[in-house]
Amino acid sequence: MNRILAIVALAFVFAAQSAAAQTLKAVKDRGVLNCGSNGTLAGFGLPDAQGKWTGLDVDFCRAVAAAIFNDVSKVKFVPLSAKDRFTALQSGEVDLLARNTTWTSSRDSQLGLNFTGVDYYDGQGFMVRKALKVNSALELNGASVCVQQGTTTELNLADFFHAHNMQVKTVTFATSSEAVKAYDAGRCDAYTTDASGLYGERLRLANSEDHIVLPEIISKEPLGPAVRHGDDQWFDIVKWTLFAMINAEELNITSKNIDEMTKSDNPDIKRFVGTEGNYGEQLGLGKDWAVNIVRLVGNYGEVFDANVGQGSPLKIERGLNKLWSKGGIQYAPPIR
Amino acid sequence: MSIDLPAGSPPARVPFYNDPKVRSIAYQVALCALVALGVYVAATNAIANLARAHIASGFGFWRNTAGFDISQTLIEYSSQASTYGRAFWVGLLNTLLVAGLGIVIATVLGFVIGIARLSKNWLVSKAATGYVETIRNIPLLLQLLFWYNAVLKGLPELRDGYKIPGGIFLNNRGLFVPEPVFATPFKWVVFAVIFGILASIAYSIWARKHQERTGQQTPVFWVALALIVGLPLIALAGAGFPLSFVFPEGGRFNITGGIEMLPEFAALLFGLSIYTAAFIAEVVRAGIGAVSQGQTEAAYSLGLRPRPTLRLIVVPQAMRVIIPPLTSQYLNLTKNSSLAVAIGYPDLVQVFTGTVLNQTGQAVEVVAITMAVYLTISLATSLLMNFYNSRIALVER
Repeated sequence: MNRILAIVALAFVFAAQSAAAQTLKAVKDRGVLNCGSNGTLAGFGLPDAQGKWTGLDVDFCRAVAAAIFNDVSKVKFVPLSAKDRFTALQSGEVDLLARNTTWTSSRDSQLGLNFTGVDYYDGQGFMVRKALKVNSALELNGASVCVQQGTTTELNLADFFHAHNMQVKTVTFATSSEAVKAYDAGRCDAYTTDASGLYGERLRLANSEDHIVLPEIISKEPLGPAVRHGDDQWFDIVKWTLFAMINAEELNITSKNIDEMTKSDNPDIKRFVGTEGNYGEQLGLGKDWAVNIVRLVGNYGEVFDANVGQGSPLKIERGLNKLWSKGGIQYAPPIR
Repeated sequence: MSIDLPAGSPPARVPFYNDPKVRSIAYQVALCALVALGVYVAATNAIANLARAHIASGFGFWRNTAGFDISQTLIEYSSQASTYGRAFWVGLLNTLLVAGLGIVIATVLGFVIGIARLSKNWLVSKAATGYVETIRNIPLLLQLLFWYNAVLKGLPELRDGYKIPGGIFLNNRGLFVPEPVFATPFKWVVFAVIFGILASIAYSIWARKHQERTGQQTPVFWVALALIVGLPLIALAGAGFPLSFVFPEGGRFNITGGIEMLPEFAALLFGLSIYTAAFIAEVVRAGIGAVSQGQTEAAYSLGLRPRPTLRLIVVPQAMRVIIPPLTSQYLNLTKNSSLAVAIGYPDLVQVFTGTVLNQTGQAVEVVAITMAVYLTISLATSLLMNFYNSRIALVER
């Protein structure tokens, strides 16, 4: 129902909209950032019993709020399902979509979105019951697979089985929790989604020890935040928020040492904290935008560890998400 | 009333803008023009804004390769070779399948329960009341989730599934039955069925005329049964049973071959039929209640027994009251089938307004097409039911 309303609203917005929205001004006037999030994925976006949201994507939204308002509480999280997320962003219901969304060419060009970067390099995998005694995704010929609708996962699944000349019975559900529930009830032999999601979902199963994640990664899933096409200033702010977090890790600036760092002599750090140049103002933000991000939210490594890495129940290896200087591919252009 | 004017005098000159006929036409034209203008402005504005926001528009996506799988396909479909357009037809057929079967089951069940509520047997009527009051007061979505869980949890896992002799498998992956394969001589059986149906119709027409002429009744039902079922059986034997079966077989993960009924389909069909039957039962009860008691008494006084009284006197009159609300129930069932999305049955909304919309991002086009489809299905159903209604309506002589 909500989605039909959203689409009707979308039609009206398209019929009524006249000028390109100035998102930064709208957010400042409203006093709160509307952020489209995953409401059901541990490690990326999940509210707890008290309504406090946690997750990598959630913290990214907080970082944007810190850059604009110097206040991480000025974010309203809007939980979105995979199939409703783009409509919500297009219609202006959210200012920013940070919902473990894969960056693909058709989404970039056809949906009126711009992806602002990659905050998590992921790939699609499979989870099966240990009792099946399957050790590889290549042994899944003829299996039933539960999958969430409206994702690249759905397409990769069909491609993978076709490419390996295997049969598959796909059972598609509107949300990931329905898909996982059906998998848990024995409707499917395997559940497939991005590998990071598999670890999160596995933890939420009744007997997580009875399930294993198969080693094959069958796709490239660069997950990143997205904004509406056509507002370059807003695009830059969101893009550079992520770059600031990655640069902070590279410069060893953390939420703990940020106050000392503001007194640093290192020119890179001086530009970062705003004691040299006016890079914040150039973006339409304050001088200490990057300082606020790191002080209130943390650098990329801190956020990663706290939500999905060793400091979290998921304990996912950094892998590809290590900094480029440490063997990974996370890399940010310099602030200067 | 007309005023007689003296002959030869010119007609009173009313300015044309004061003529009520001209005025009403002018108002209609103006309103139509306004509506058309509104639609035009909204459409062109939407197109312009979609273009400005760099969102793809138009119907070109229809021919693009779909790339995703669908669990139940009544027509040939494959993720790599079929288009979004094909996926649309797959979804539409799945919707029509569940809606069509649901209407049949809900009607039968609804009539039985509606009549049971009027039964003089205390237990039967109270049980029927309990059914109606329980089912129609619980939201349909909850019932569907209940049925889906009942089907999934109630049935055993694949490996411990029931194996019924005759090649039938039942487990939480679905119900699997042997699939009949017809050899060429089977066409004689098809001819026999068609001939049987035609002959039955001819016989029933003759029987009615015969009864009107002589007052004698003939066993129409038994003759028709013999023609429609017996004749094809003879043809089947005569052609040497040109029929074989593909039996389902257990594989490593799944059962393959045979005809498969998905648990999602079963849950949706049960849920929709049982829910709508409760409403149909009330419609039937109201319809029968609307036939005055005097009709029954008159029939009894003419010597008709209770069953012919119900069949020939009460039900035909009740149908006039039943049909219009029954039509709305059929429409409701069809539209409610879109709740399939909650339990993973690939109906039109799930496949087309779900996956296709999301993969193409063309919300406006996809939702417009879906609305047009439901409108068409609903109008077609109404048309059929109105046609039937006009046939059984009171003919005043």
